Amino acid sequence: MIVDTIIVICLAIGLIFNALGVIGILRFPDVYTRLHAETKTTTFGTIFIGLAVVISALSALLGTGEGQYLTLLLHTIIAVIALAFTNATGAHAIARAAYRSGYKPAQAVVDRMKEAKQ
Amino acid sequence: MTDAMLISVLVIAVLIVVTMIRLFLGPTAPDRVVALDAINTLTIAAMLLLGAVYREIIFIDVAIVYALLSFVGTLYIAKYLGGEM
Repeated sequence: MIVDTIIVICLAIGLIFNALGVIGILRFPDVYTRLHAETKTTTFGTIFIGLAVVISALSALLGTGEGQYLTLLLHTIIAVIALAFTNATGAHAIARAAYRSGYKPAQAVVDRMKEAKQ
Repeated sequence: MTDAMLISVLVIAVLIVVTMIRLFLGPTAPDRVVALDAINTLTIAAMLLLGAVYREIIFIDVAIVYALLSFVGTLYIAKYLGGEM
């Protein structure tokens, strides 16, 4: 069945990108690179996992025609949109707080933000 | 297909445990906040998958509320760390 194959591919992409984000958290040297690895890859992977749920609900809706699958589909889309919009803003807030509380990047070459404040 | 989703939930649980290493031994406070943010995102993914496996709409609604409330929590911690409160 081709729908099952598409769902498994979406799940695999989501899990691989989530695992890459977790490995990036463990291996990168300072908080900014860890944040860079984590927020992009886990957001992308979770969007693909939500896409797998949406395709599953859509195939069940077209197969049975029951209204609860339409509700499942719409609420999953709302959850993914809420996640995608809030994750980037949260990452920006964390990076700004880390800079304001005095943590410098580990191997920084130039610091244009410090120059701009003077 | 349900089996694949349950295996994915298991893999996500393993990833959350691995992220907790950084949460426990992160040298600075912002490192711990980054690990907590990753755990929140992975938890939302697990909630979506469990809602699809058990056909429960309420799990998806819990995921929506969890996404918004974890965002508020992250902003609160960030404002505290940045000295703006």
